[in-house]
This record gives sequence, C-alpha cells and structure tokens, in this order.
Amino acid sequence: MEFLTGIWGVVAKDVRSELRTRYALNALLMFVVTSVATILFALREDEVTTDVLSGMFWVVIFFTAMSGLSRIFVSEEERGTAMTLQLVASPSVVYFGKLLFNIGLTLILSCAVTLLYLAVFPLFMIKSMELFVLTIVLGSLGFAAAATIIAAIIAKANTKGTLYPVLSFPILIPLLMTVMKSTARALDGEIFSAAFGEFQILASYVMIMVAGSFLLFDYVWKE
Amino acid sequence: MTPVSIQANAVSKEFNRGLIFKDISFSLSSPASLSITGKNGAGKSTLSKILAGLLSSTRGSMTYVIGGKQIGIEEFKHHIGFVSPYLNLYDEFTAIENLEFLSRIRAAATPPVERKKELLTLVGLWDRRDDAVGTFSSGMKQRLKYAFALLHHPEVLILDEPTSNLDEEGSEVIHRIIQEQKKSNILIVATNSKNESQWCTQQVDLIPVKK
Repeated sequence: MEFLTGIWGVVAKDVRSELRTRYALNALLMFVVTSVATILFALREDEVTTDVLSGMFWVVIFFTAMSGLSRIFVSEEERGTAMTLQLVASPSVVYFGKLLFNIGLTLILSCAVTLLYLAVFPLFMIKSMELFVLTIVLGSLGFAAAATIIAAIIAKANTKGTLYPVLSFPILIPLLMTVMKSTARALDGEIFSAAFGEFQILASYVMIMVAGSFLLFDYVWKE
Repeated sequence: MTPVSIQANAVSKEFNRGLIFKDISFSLSSPASLSITGKNGAGKSTLSKILAGLLSSTRGSMTYVIGGKQIGIEEFKHHIGFVSPYLNLYDEFTAIENLEFLSRIRAAATPPVERKKELLTLVGLWDRRDDAVGTFSSGMKQRLKYAFALLHHPEVLILDEPTSNLDEEGSEVIHRIIQEQKKSNILIVATNSKNESQWCTQQVDLIPVKK
C-alpha cells in the first residue's frame, strides 16, 4: 500500500508540476503541429499508400516523444531536486511513478497526432478501430517504457540533448517497425486476427522493457 | 523516540578523479552528535550523502539499526532528515505544497495542518506558505529545507553546511533545532566552521588523501 501511495505521489507531483511549468507539454504540442504541417506540405498533392501514412504517423510520434519525454528526469537533475526524490522515495517508487506519467503523456501525444492526421490527411481513415486503438495503446506503453529508462540514463550525462534520440533509436526500432505495420493494417481495414503476431511482439516488448528497466533503474538512479 | 544507531565500517569513497577519503569508521547511538570537518574537497558532503543513503561507498559498509533491529538504507531513509546545498525543493510549488507532495511521495500520512504550521512558523515562513518557492530568497529556501527535513520527526538529522545563506535570526532558529535534536536523537553536521563543529560531541576530521 505504501508503495502505491508513493507512486501515486510521484505521478500527482509531476502532473501538477507539468501543469504549472509546461516543460514537456508545450514542447510536445509545438513539435506535433510543426512536423505534421511539414508533412502536409510535402505530401499534399501525392496519393500516398497506407504504409507511408502509418510510417509518417509514427515518425511524428517518435521525434515528438524524443523532444519531450526526456524532461521527466532531466528537469529533476537540472533543478537539483533529483536528490530530494532519492531521499524520500525508493528507486522503484520513482521509476513506476515516472513511467506512469510518461505513459499518460505519450497517450495524450498519440491521441493529438491521431486527431491532427484525421483532420488534415483525407487518406488517413481508420477502417479497423479496435486494431488501431490497441496499436496506439501498446505502442504508447512501449514508447513510454523505453523513453523512461533512457531519460534516466541521459539525465546523468553532459550531452543530454543529442544523446536521447541517438540512444533511443536502436532500442525503439523493433517497436517502430511493429507499430507501423499494425497501423497500416488498421488503415487497410484488416481483421483483428491478422495483426495478432504484431500484438504479441508489442506486448512482449513492453514487458521486457519494463522488467529490464525496473532491474536497471536502481543503478542508474543512484549514481 | 525509537533508539537508533549508525555505524560506519572502514568507509572509503573514490570518484573517477581519485580517492576522496578512506577507512572512515565511527559509531553513533542516540542520543549522539557528530561533526564532520575537513578542508574544501576533503569529502564532507560526500560522506554526508553516504550516511543519508544518497551515495554508495566504494569500500566499507554502513550499518543502520532502529529499535534493536538492523534495517536496510531504503527503510532507514524514512528516519532521516537531510539538509544540504545539493538538495533542492520544487520552485513551482508553494512552501506548503512542497511539504505535502514530498510527504505523500514518502508514503507518510499527510502531515496534519498543525505540524505544517508549527514547522513553517518555527522557520518563519508561515506568512509565505502560499507563495511559490521560486520567489523565495536563498535564505528562505534554506529555512524551508529545515521544515521539510523535520516534517516526519526524523530520528537522525544530517546537516551539510547548516547555516549557509541564513541571517542571524535564521541561525538562531537552527541552533534551537539542533539543541532539540541532540537531546534524544542523532545529529550529524558537516561544516567548515569551528563554531558549528563545537555543537557536536564527536568529530570526524577528513584529511585529504595524498594522490
């Protein structure tokens, strides 16, 4: 019970902090708008396939997430509050609190990108809703799980800005390839069972990433 | 208050730049007080962080006992109050929000209004309780760190540079807190000041290691 209270405390603190400072939220939303606008200008006249659209969809989410999700630990280090957190909470409480916050942020980001794509790309039509929703949910969980541990690692480094996408890309490649494929299936209106293999990969990715991060976090967070 | 004891067993710390200190040993059982002294760079803050469980030692070990039972540092942290220049509170929150959020993260019961009022009044910040900490002076932030450190009635109070940024009135308040803590608990002070080191009955003098 104490464990859950602590986790909830970290989430509540981060939500309140984000609403006050808008460290991540502003960066995410501005990045979404500018990158979708750029893609819109580039593809406006073209008849693009669902593969290209789903690729572009996740490229926006990937780079937007890279610009915002690292703040979760970097801001604690920069403001000198990381040690305060270390003092009041165990590493596992901090990890799961930050993970939940990042999951929430990634889900908001994914929904925002989806709505924007639906509004500006006539070809972006979701024909299999349950397939699309499950892809978004599992994809966001995977993104958040990977982003959280990488953010914790780079928060301790001197070259935070450049290190984040560089470290993230190889770790996120399996996730990106899978979500792109299953998003394309959702846009093509395929049946749920057709994407079952992709969902197995996504669920395994999330579980491995969360378990691995949980084991690693103690060492990353302390020194 | 539950009796507590802390024991350092041949603790050494090494960073990439080299050995900071080596083979530091001492034992404290409540009531007790210890000052950590030494020149700049001797490792006073580093040793304070090791005692508070915020850094691990390179060699040697720490033993924490409460109520006769040896416990791990993660559990023992709930019994530690720590004030340090390296430990900051959240600028975007008010003084009272800082106390509430950090208490919730600590998974302690929400501190009663009376306790928050008592502490913020003690450090002279009750009238500024609803102001964002970002608007505070460095001395006021230091005072708030004391309210945060004392919120959960810690059995061990570790102070790194206890009076930095404080005016005369603030220093007097801290002196009262220290006297109170020494009566039945453990007080550890890391300082450069001879005057502050005399608050404590035991002393560890860190001597720079020859490299």
